[in-house]
Order: sequence, then structure tokens, then C-alpha cells
Amino acid sequence: MPEKILFWVLAPVALGSGIAMVLARNAVHSALLLVLNFFALSVFYVMLDAHFLAAVQVIVYAGAIMVLFLFVIMLLGVDRRESLDESIRFQRPLALLLGAGFVGVAVFTIHSTLGTATFQGLSEANAPGNVEAVGRVLFTKYTFPFEVASVLLIVAAIGAMVLGRRRDEEEAASHIADMASKEEPAPAPFPNEERV
Amino acid sequence: MIQPAQYLALAAMLFTTGVVGVLTRRNSIIIFMSIELMLNAVNLTLVTFSRMHGNLDGQVLAFFVIIVAAAEVVVGLAIIMSLFRRKASASVDEAKSMKW
Repeated sequence: MPEKILFWVLAPVALGSGIAMVLARNAVHSALLLVLNFFALSVFYVMLDAHFLAAVQVIVYAGAIMVLFLFVIMLLGVDRRESLDESIRFQRPLALLLGAGFVGVAVFTIHSTLGTATFQGLSEANAPGNVEAVGRVLFTKYTFPFEVASVLLIVAAIGAMVLGRRRDEEEAASHIADMASKEEPAPAPFPNEERV
Repeated sequence: MIQPAQYLALAAMLFTTGVVGVLTRRNSIIIFMSIELMLNAVNLTLVTFSRMHGNLDGQVLAFFVIIVAAAEVVVGLAIIMSLFRRKASASVDEAKSMKW
């Protein structure tokens, strides 16, 4: 029964780290709790015979994506307080009510429709090894989506560069407006920065 | 033996945690991390169904979800950065005008 023990140890870890991630005041704590959650999920993937996805989960999610998150948190500053006043009335209680209702409906539906379902097992599909089997499916049945995914990644990289650059023309416009409003030229906002 | 229903219930709870996070938090970065939590819950569901039905399509779909999540994170964090540059705040309330 190692699977049972692992499940009942890791399910509270995954759920607890997820809830703590949402509740944490500090964004860095949130990011680290999310990493813990990803590691727990990666162990679940191993238990579910998805060895390739477990490795990808650790490398891509816990490695790359969360490092990107931490970069941005550090760039924006970590000590920013979140305002607690609600712009929509009863937003928090209503959100909790909605969440409780959704989880109730989902768990009820799962147990009434799939409560007795059992695992068919992947030992047949995984016979040559999980990585090889997934690669075989990926490059035969899903070749076109795979190629589209590469286009998507290029578009995302270009989009990030476009969104991340400083808008020189807009800055120049505001600079001219400053000069027009005041007689003396306004100091450059970032004097040490090299203009491209 | 663990049944599929237990994995699916856990995934539903993780997904709901992400939904509540998106609905209650104001910090755009934490909202974004809640979206990642939801995507991961869906991935757990896909992998569970993959093992339940004995074929690998679910795992390949989960792999594509990871690719799309990576692309989404890159663009989303760039948007948060440029928003922060304009408003000097990562709070989503500051972005409600959707204009400069």
C-alpha cells in the first residue's frame, strides 16, 4: 500500500500549500508555497505512471516558471501592502461561498459518477517506457499541435519583448510636455540610464 | 488501492483554491499564481484520466497545457511589468481604467 500512504501524506501537503499560497501576505512566500505544491503534484504524476510529465513539471514549472515569477516579484518590490477594502461589496464572503459550493458540486458529481471507477493502468501503453511512449504519441498523432506550440512560444517571446520595452516615443512626448509647462527643462527621470 | 475519484476530488479542491484566490486577491502576481494552480489542478485531472483509461492522450494534453502555461506566464508577467511601470502598483484595482 505505498501508493495509499503517499497519497494521504501528499494530498494534505498539496492542498495545504495551495491554500497557504492564496492566504500568504508576502508574495515571495506565495511563490515558494506554490513550488512546494508543484513538487507534490510531480510526485502524484510519478504515482500515476506519468514519469515524463513529472520531470517536465519540476524542470519547467518549479524551475523556469517560478524563477520567472520570483524575478518579477523582486523587480516590483516585495514589501507592498495589499489594500484590504473591498471595491465590490461582500466580495470575499461571496467568493468563499462560491468556492465551497463549487467544491461540493464537483466532489458530489465525481463520487456519484466515477465513485466506483478503477484504474485500467498504463502498463500496456507504457511498455517501451513512458518517455518513449509519450514521444511516439506526440510525434505521430499530435504532430500538428506540437508545431503550433512552437509558433505559440515564438509569439510569446516576441510579445514579451514588445510589452517589456520602454516606449521611447511616449516618453519623449511627456518630456516635451514637461518642458512646455515649465520654463526650465525637467531633469531626466533616470539620469544614469543609457538611452537606446 | 487509490481510486481515480480521490485524485479527481483533490484536483477539484486545488482548482477551487485557485478560483477563490483569483476572486479574493488584489495583487496581480498572486492572482497569476492562482491561475497556475488551476492549470495544475486540470493537469492532475488529465493525468488521472490518462491512467484510468489506459492511454497516453491525457498525458500529451497535459504536456500541451504546460507549454501554453509557459507562454501565458511570459506574456502575463510582461503585462504586469508594464502596468507596474505606468501605475507604480501591482494591484489589479489600479488597472480598472484600462487606459494608459
